[in-house]
Amino acid sequence: MADTPQLVTITVDGKQIKAPAGTLLIDACKNAGIEIPSFCYYPGLSLQAACRMCVVRIEKMPKLQTACTVPITEGMVVTNDSDEVRQARKATVQILLGNHPLDCPVCDAGGECELQDMTFTYGAAESQYMETKQHKDEQQWSPVVYFDRPRCILCYRCVRVCGEVMDVWALGIQNRGVSSVIAPNKGDHLECEECGACIDICPVGALTSGTYRYKTRPWEMNHTATVCTHCGDGCKTTLGVRRSDTGTEIVRGDNRDKSGINGDFLCIKGRYAFDFQQHPDRLKMPLVRKNGKLAYATWDEAFDLIGRRFKEVRDSQGGAAIGVIGSTRTTNEENYLLQKFARKALGTNNIDHHRTADYPAFAAAVAGKPELTASLHHVEKSPAILLLGGDPTEQHPLLAERIRTNIRLHGGKLFIVNDEEIKLRRQSKSYAHIPQGAYAKFFEFLSGTDSAADQLTTAGTKKDQLLAMRELLRKEDDLLIILSADIRGKDIATIVKLGQSHKKVRFMMLGDYANSRGAADMGLYPDLLPGYTPVANAGAFSEYGANLPKSAGLDTAAMVEAGRSGKLGALYIVGANPFARYNVQPGQTAKTFVVVQDMFLTETASMADVVLPSNNAYEKAGSFTNTYGDLQLLKKAADFAGSKSDFELIVRIADRIGFELADLVPFGKGVRADMGQSRGAQSGEADRHEIWLIANKYEPKMSPLDPSAIFDEIQRLVPGYDVSRLNLFSGNSVHSHATGKGTGAQQNPELIWPANDTLFTSGTLGRYSNTLNSVMEKYTGETSEVMAD
Amino acid sequence: MFSEQLSKKFDKMVTNYPTKRSALVPMLLFAQDEVGHLSDEVIANIAKRVELTDLEVRNVISYYSLLHTKPMGKYHVQVCTNISCLLRGGEEVFEHCKQKLGIGHKQTQASGLFSLEEVECLGACSWAPAVQVNYDFHENLTPERMDKVLEQYAKK
Repeated sequence: MADTPQLVTITVDGKQIKAPAGTLLIDACKNAGIEIPSFCYYPGLSLQAACRMCVVRIEKMPKLQTACTVPITEGMVVTNDSDEVRQARKATVQILLGNHPLDCPVCDAGGECELQDMTFTYGAAESQYMETKQHKDEQQWSPVVYFDRPRCILCYRCVRVCGEVMDVWALGIQNRGVSSVIAPNKGDHLECEECGACIDICPVGALTSGTYRYKTRPWEMNHTATVCTHCGDGCKTTLGVRRSDTGTEIVRGDNRDKSGINGDFLCIKGRYAFDFQQHPDRLKMPLVRKNGKLAYATWDEAFDLIGRRFKEVRDSQGGAAIGVIGSTRTTNEENYLLQKFARKALGTNNIDHHRTADYPAFAAAVAGKPELTASLHHVEKSPAILLLGGDPTEQHPLLAERIRTNIRLHGGKLFIVNDEEIKLRRQSKSYAHIPQGAYAKFFEFLSGTDSAADQLTTAGTKKDQLLAMRELLRKEDDLLIILSADIRGKDIATIVKLGQSHKKVRFMMLGDYANSRGAADMGLYPDLLPGYTPVANAGAFSEYGANLPKSAGLDTAAMVEAGRSGKLGALYIVGANPFARYNVQPGQTAKTFVVVQDMFLTETASMADVVLPSNNAYEKAGSFTNTYGDLQLLKKAADFAGSKSDFELIVRIADRIGFELADLVPFGKGVRADMGQSRGAQSGEADRHEIWLIANKYEPKMSPLDPSAIFDEIQRLVPGYDVSRLNLFSGNSVHSHATGKGTGAQQNPELIWPANDTLFTSGTLGRYSNTLNSVMEKYTGETSEVMAD
Repeated sequence: MFSEQLSKKFDKMVTNYPTKRSALVPMLLFAQDEVGHLSDEVIANIAKRVELTDLEVRNVISYYSLLHTKPMGKYHVQVCTNISCLLRGGEEVFEHCKQKLGIGHKQTQASGLFSLEEVECLGACSWAPAVQVNYDFHENLTPERMDKVLEQYAKK
């Protein structure tokens, strides 16, 4: 890998270009800015040479050659632009158009269709084919996949992406010649992971999606690249949005520009499960409990009540009588602000969130050694990977795809230790099926205690297999170790220490929701400040002032319990559903003043005294940290009238309890101010609006509702977050480093509840996604019944 | 599913090539000869043997006109109508078979005795027109001679 590949020089249309020997001609040209058209060629997939669009003339070769299959050699002389080549390509387009229906005016792909573009370029406008076109009606293969056979140009991209990239192999080609047809694996329907990769990779409109088809035209949407709000992988998803009765609705999700951490990969959730955003059950007005019933109220009324009650409880019973539960799907800025608000304004350490992995123990284990933490970018080219527990195919689809791609294209080796069968086994070099939860025992075995192996054997794994695996593992000097949420507490320290016997080793920790890691990093813990800083030893956070409580607060379970017994005067819940999880019944929290911010009337919200309708991640700016520590910027794509971002809600509550906002959000340091009045619909947003502000010589962070103001503070105070802003703001992912001074005081593994989501569930969001529910129905005959998050 | 003999043969065949799937087409032919056609069960069984999905096996079957997924007659009559046979009366032979057997292209008699198919060149141009019944060739045919051929099979 390390040796520099030998460069060879070739001539294309009289222009000399250099590229490494063995590069495909089509790639060499592309890198040099020379376009060779193609339909079937797709980087990373096997070569097909089916479409004949990329033909070029190469000197000393008898016929036109396909540039997608010819590796370049020294002195090759290529003609890409000549009458002969142009004519050949035109003829190809004409043949493709022979059976193509030309229903472009109603086709989903119209306007962004590769066949349209090629026809435009090569001018095959005249239809010489006089026979009747072969026609077949469109078919629905699954809730998300539709197939319009006549539009298909048989490039095989869908077949290859489904098999090679996704390892699903649900699509095939049947018959031959002109009657060839793409076929699904179950005769008339698909049984697959419903990822939609086949749809996005289709160069024409043959495969279309149930969520988008016949809804709009590509040019009628605006596109915003943001981060998916479902699992902890942090895929970039580009949302196509358009105006709707309720603001701005999302009509499409894709990642065709391959700009993110995920290349062009997305699972069903990133591509199609954005429909909760327009769910009819979304809250559009604040609700206040009056005479025992939740009733609509004005924002003013709601904020006044919250401000008054929070202040009363704090001033009469002290901060310890207030509890705060944060979210795993709010931004870093919101999480940071929430804990700062709790600690500084309410004076309580009673703050927690739904924990899905033991990040504090992980941060402590890798403290001071940032080189031990792996970004998702490391997965694709790691020579060896050890996966301990978990089922990435279901819970971390992007990670699973990166691992498969590594093995397929870069020859990495995958070692799996798991207490159940997982699909990735098909890619593994060595697989150990161990007894339920016996990971600690495995580490003991790994460290050299042979006798431990006796307690690790199962029907599928014998002792000699374990010994062989250990032997192979020991030979690896560059290893990536992936820890599932099953590995907690001191086991994490053990494996991190053990792993360092390899020359080079990196670790990653798997947690579940979109910003679970961010919630942990930002200190939504009763005993940890942001950056896993112990509350007893606040360090840089001493600047919060003397009110910062020094002793650990209550965790979620204790807060819910205190809410039940009435020991808690007030409970403030942001984007979480703990009452469902801890089985709280209506009326049980009557003595506690409960405020909930959510999109929907969840079990928790329905028992609250005040409910504030909030935005989801697709409707706000900020940042997310994926479970691997990769920080990415969220951009506001959609809007939903009647809801506000959690950031704004927290700030407004702080304002109503009479807290000095400048002490909460560091804003207002400029000369000329824009107090939000010019922002209108874009209130609380930094990205697009910032350009306008700068152009008008306004200080961009003059509003207390601006999350980027608090991001300054995060960067300044939170260990591991001093990342490159330039990189982050230009849309890349930047790696943050978890680092802790010691494990949190409350290491209670009982509080870690992995979501156990499948490909088709996603906590509360999943319950309100019609797409996910329809897919669930297809496979199980029932709608999603999942634990609330 | 398969006779013990064929099963053993398949066990051996998958070891003949560097990848198991290479044995697919000959296995399909042998299976078709024994079972009569490539049923869903046959497909699933062979897919497992060569480590492919059922879909991939179906893809291959659908490519070859010699492989059938629906039951054929005990005697499969394949009439060539390519150029040499056409010039020497292949079309008439095919039409005659349709009349005589009461079935059309790719159809099977209700009794299951005969099925008929119009096929491409059988490689017997020197003795055109030619017909292949199962694996046996019948050459220099006329409608009258064809009758005798069919009678001969019906009597068997």
